Amino acid sequence: MMLSVQDLAVSRGGITILDAVSLTLQPGEALVLRGPNGIGKTTLLRTVAGLQLPVSGRVELPPEGAAYSGHADGLKATLTVAENLTFWARIYGQRDIAPALKAMNLETLADRDAQNLSAGQKRRLGLARLLVTGRGLWLLDEPTVSLDAASVALFAEAVRAHLKRGGAALMATHIDLGLEEATILDLAPFRAKTPAPGQGGGFDEAFA
Amino acid sequence: MLALLLRDLRLATRAGGGFGLSLAFFLIVTVLVPFGVGPEGGTLARIAPGILWVGALLSCLLSLDRIFALDREDGSLDLLATAPIPLEGVVAIKGLAHWLTTGLPLTLAAPVLGVLLNLPQSGFLWLTLSLLFGTPALSVIGTFGAALTVGLKRGGLLLSLLVLPLYIPTLIFGAEAAKRGAEGLATATPLLMLAGITAGTVAILPFAAAAAIRVNLR
Amino acid sequence: MSIWEYANPKKFMQTSSWALPWVTGLAVLTLLTGLVWGFFFTPDDFRQGSTVKIIFIHVPSAMMAINCWAMMLVTSLVWLIRRHHVSVLAAKAAAPIGITMTLIALFTGAIWGQPMWGTWWAWDPRLTSFLILFLFYLGYIALWEAVDDPDTAADLTSVLCLVGSVFALLSRYAVLFWNQGLHQGASLSLDKEEHVADQFAHPLWLTMAGFVLLFVTLVLLRTRTEIRARRLRALEARERMA
Repeated sequence: MMLSVQDLAVSRGGITILDAVSLTLQPGEALVLRGPNGIGKTTLLRTVAGLQLPVSGRVELPPEGAAYSGHADGLKATLTVAENLTFWARIYGQRDIAPALKAMNLETLADRDAQNLSAGQKRRLGLARLLVTGRGLWLLDEPTVSLDAASVALFAEAVRAHLKRGGAALMATHIDLGLEEATILDLAPFRAKTPAPGQGGGFDEAFA
Repeated sequence: MLALLLRDLRLATRAGGGFGLSLAFFLIVTVLVPFGVGPEGGTLARIAPGILWVGALLSCLLSLDRIFALDREDGSLDLLATAPIPLEGVVAIKGLAHWLTTGLPLTLAAPVLGVLLNLPQSGFLWLTLSLLFGTPALSVIGTFGAALTVGLKRGGLLLSLLVLPLYIPTLIFGAEAAKRGAEGLATATPLLMLAGITAGTVAILPFAAAAAIRVNLR
Repeated sequence: MSIWEYANPKKFMQTSSWALPWVTGLAVLTLLTGLVWGFFFTPDDFRQGSTVKIIFIHVPSAMMAINCWAMMLVTSLVWLIRRHHVSVLAAKAAAPIGITMTLIALFTGAIWGQPMWGTWWAWDPRLTSFLILFLFYLGYIALWEAVDDPDTAADLTSVLCLVGSVFALLSRYAVLFWNQGLHQGASLSLDKEEHVADQFAHPLWLTMAGFVLLFVTLVLLRTRTEIRARRLRALEARERMA
């Protein structure tokens, strides 16, 4: 099992926004989180990644199991594409960055400074970072932002290959990636109920 | 871990990395002092160790907010926090990188500036030694301050307000060692205290700083 | 019935609203008695004249300046370990009181020092330590003000309080060392407690007790305000969500 989430509640700014979320991912599975802006997709992903503590519930994943990719790509403008990627590869104890460059079609850009990349190219570099982590579970927050159609296809291909290798992916995205193996999870039913002010709200509840 | 150190050093030395800025600031502060207190050699010699220590401390302060703020902006800090290296290690490496790019150059430049301030012959060795022992503490304490303020939009001023009081013991023992050295007195006690502070901060503060970063990333 | 029950905001509000009038009354009574006794019913010192009587404000405020930080350290630790909101809000509420006490101690010290030593200020270890304590309070309060999210602010200030305590202690020893090392000409002895005669000591004890009670009163009041502000914030956030 790659990931098991049980009865998870997450909060943003001190307010519980999602409640009773349960999901599991087996090797080869992908799950796409859907829902309107502000429902808590990012918060859920950050909680699963361990950047944030859950309000209640449990997140279980194998140690050193997940690689997280957020809105920002974590690129250094004054380092070249290859230097950026090599850095992350070494942080994750990997050596070879060539396959990742190839998969994201960045080979010709390898020696260019990251500051001279277009938004889409930067995003591709950010996704190539996932490939050099060697982690089984990918946690992706809006991975396709600023990608053109060809790059989206490239990315979908990378995810598919990852799933074939026995990996798994949990992602928040609005675009249909054309991944027929992916399941879709709508977060709207998990929206936390807000008790009306003054109702059942002792100091305790109206505090956190 | 080594990769992180190399990356930070590389970033510091590339364009816009800010390497050398603190050094230039140190130079300017030192040059300004005689304009303020007068060119009389005896006065300058007497205050030289203290001025150089305060100058080094302020120069060190100048580059603190870059330690985590840049990584926070581009998302690297999130990724580092989820990476397989412990956050305490990240903090320690960041502190080390800051010392290598700021504290060490300041230490090496201080004797040269000592000449400008008419520092007595006997003082050079002790000034350099005291800075060598003391500046790592400045970097580590500063890293802790930077970790506390990493979530704030304009944390620079607050960072100074938080860090400067924490610098007091280091400054006292460091300047005292340099001063005693310049006067030809025994320097063992303040130097040992200084080394003790550095060892203590290096051992403990990365944990506090990592805790602060985790809180700020939530 | 455990002490942690009072960490429940509701329970705290109930208990404190009951206790507050009593503590306030007791504080006023003790403080007034102590001060009137001290100011009007003690003899003038044969050397210091009537200026000595500032001792009845100076010493208690100096004591509270330190005790307040100690209280903040304890409540911060309780927050970090047991996550009781009331605890950290009490620390937040205490800080401005502590910094005021530090300022009172510094100013009364200066007023006292001028006629006695012929100077408003000297870099005496004790004076310097209080100045440093003032800076630590300043940083702590500034951090509370700067961070928007209350729980984040609580965590960060608590960590700062912990680290700050260690460094404040370290500074104290460093300052003692530094002043010896400077070989200043006139060393000013501040060990006045040792010389205090009984006729001064009794009202002094009373004012010290009064300052403790005053501190408790103010902390209770301010903690209640902080809790209400926190509740208001939570309710407003909920309203926006709904």
